[in-house]
Amino acid sequence: MIEELTATPGAEPKPISAPFRGGPPALVFDSVSMQFPDGTLALQDASFSVHPGEFVTVVGPSGCGKSTLLRIASGLVQQSGGTVSVDRESLGYVFQDATLLKWRTVQGNVELMAELSGMDKGRRKQLASDVIDLVGLRGFEDKYPKQLSGGMRMRCSLARALVMNPKVFMFDEPFGALDEITRERLNDELLSLFQRQRFAALFITHSIAEAVFLSTRVIVMSARPGVIVGDFQVPFAYPRSPELRFDPRFAELCGDVSHSLRDAHV
Amino acid sequence: MSTVIGRSNSGDTPTEETAPLEPTERSEVDFPTAASSTERGAFTTYTGQDIDTRSVAEQRSSQALYKSLPLGVFAVFMGIWYFMSYWGLKHLFHKPQFLLPPPHSVIHESITNAQVRKQLVAATLLSVRVALIGLVVAIAIGLALAILMSQAKWIERSLFPYLVALQAVPILAFVPLLAVFFGFNFKARVIVCIIISLFPIVSNTLFGLLSADQGLHDLFTLRKASRWTRLTKLQFPAALPAMFAGLKIAAGLSVIGSVVGDTFFRQGKPGIGILIDNFRSRLQNEAMYGAVLIAAFIGIIVFVFFTWLSEKTVGHWYESTR
Repeated sequence: MIEELTATPGAEPKPISAPFRGGPPALVFDSVSMQFPDGTLALQDASFSVHPGEFVTVVGPSGCGKSTLLRIASGLVQQSGGTVSVDRESLGYVFQDATLLKWRTVQGNVELMAELSGMDKGRRKQLASDVIDLVGLRGFEDKYPKQLSGGMRMRCSLARALVMNPKVFMFDEPFGALDEITRERLNDELLSLFQRQRFAALFITHSIAEAVFLSTRVIVMSARPGVIVGDFQVPFAYPRSPELRFDPRFAELCGDVSHSLRDAHV
Repeated sequence: MSTVIGRSNSGDTPTEETAPLEPTERSEVDFPTAASSTERGAFTTYTGQDIDTRSVAEQRSSQALYKSLPLGVFAVFMGIWYFMSYWGLKHLFHKPQFLLPPPHSVIHESITNAQVRKQLVAATLLSVRVALIGLVVAIAIGLALAILMSQAKWIERSLFPYLVALQAVPILAFVPLLAVFFGFNFKARVIVCIIISLFPIVSNTLFGLLSADQGLHDLFTLRKASRWTRLTKLQFPAALPAMFAGLKIAAGLSVIGSVVGDTFFRQGKPGIGILIDNFRSRLQNEAMYGAVLIAAFIGIIVFVFFTWLSEKTVGHWYESTR
């Protein structure tokens, strides 16, 4: 099923900006299956791994068990078959919605994960302040979620996960509810974060263009049961400029992914 | 249309013939409807409305007007009262005027008649004390019950029906029983207040505790948060807006409980309830209306207090639709 496509047609990956591939994987799915008590087979024999510095995106139709993949990896649900290897202590998780505590300011929300992990006040304050800079929310520390736009809430949600300096970063359709302009902007910023922190990213989305733009690798899943039906290496080097979206090779790859998705759908 | 697609998707065996057909099926149905609706629609031009460019001073004065709206209603109410007192009662209902004394004589009698005033003040202090202590105890019990029920479904299932039952039984049915066990004075009256104001506190707080976002729960699960952490950092803050809604209702009910309670005990030190009954039987109608007004006033004050407290506590973060 999984074939390593190493061909990088035309692209000249710069050694410095190319993602780090050495060392052991940060996240391994080994023939993971998920059957719910009502008999629904949400996920069947999913096997792949994500290395540090690798950005893997899973695309697939609604209800194909993409989110289940993340929930299993993070331990929110337990798989019914197969094994998952991951360090759950250094795991970042960003949800579909910003899921902020409405009664806390940006600063308070960003500190939450560190606080729940028992980090002392001074240290988490410092860390929170650093990542607030990183996601561009400087000046909004004392604002409440209701005073923020959708994009800013998502930045806050990103910052909250970043505080833990995650080695594995999981995104469950984080920008799905945002408008196209905000989404692309956050994509750009996510990539610059990715290049800085070199985490292993597992990203879920409906958008093929978003998947191809962000990832080093795109995995396509079919629905019911969720089976991996396509696996694409994305040859473009980082940093990726927003202009990449208008590159013919970009469009071509999007087309391939789209075909794979459509084949899976029938 | 969407139901057709939904069915073929969720069906057990979507045949390969039906799936590719869907788009054509859709466009055939979709297009004519959209087209015909534009054909049918009348062409109308909507013009823009000028935005509010009045001066700040003007806007502020309209704010002041807005804030004084309740006073306007009060004036109308007083007008009706005077009208009924001087003319309406006699000519519309053929009743003597002394049954509804005009407002100024109610206030005059309540303040200048030393004996009446003394009774009113003593009764007010007693009733307020009963209501407040009843409310505080009800809040303590109510929050404890709600938190307990939020922790396990089986506890909620076991207790909730009895709370509903307690709410449904008329409080007056309890009064003789309470009199037997607790007498007629302070303790029994406080218990009436507790019983009557407990339910909205429990049900609203429980609703609030259970309304915390699932994603946030997941987040707390990821960090292996304890029950206590989850309660104090997630569920309780999330419950505050609903809890305050319950407290506002409960506050009014506790005043009712305090007045109704002693009206029906009919013994012991007089609170406002007994006083109303006494003045009524002695045909001291001015004083009676004075006592009624005081009861209403206490209700408004506790409501305003909890509204203020709610605004102070959750106003800066809670997204209300207005």
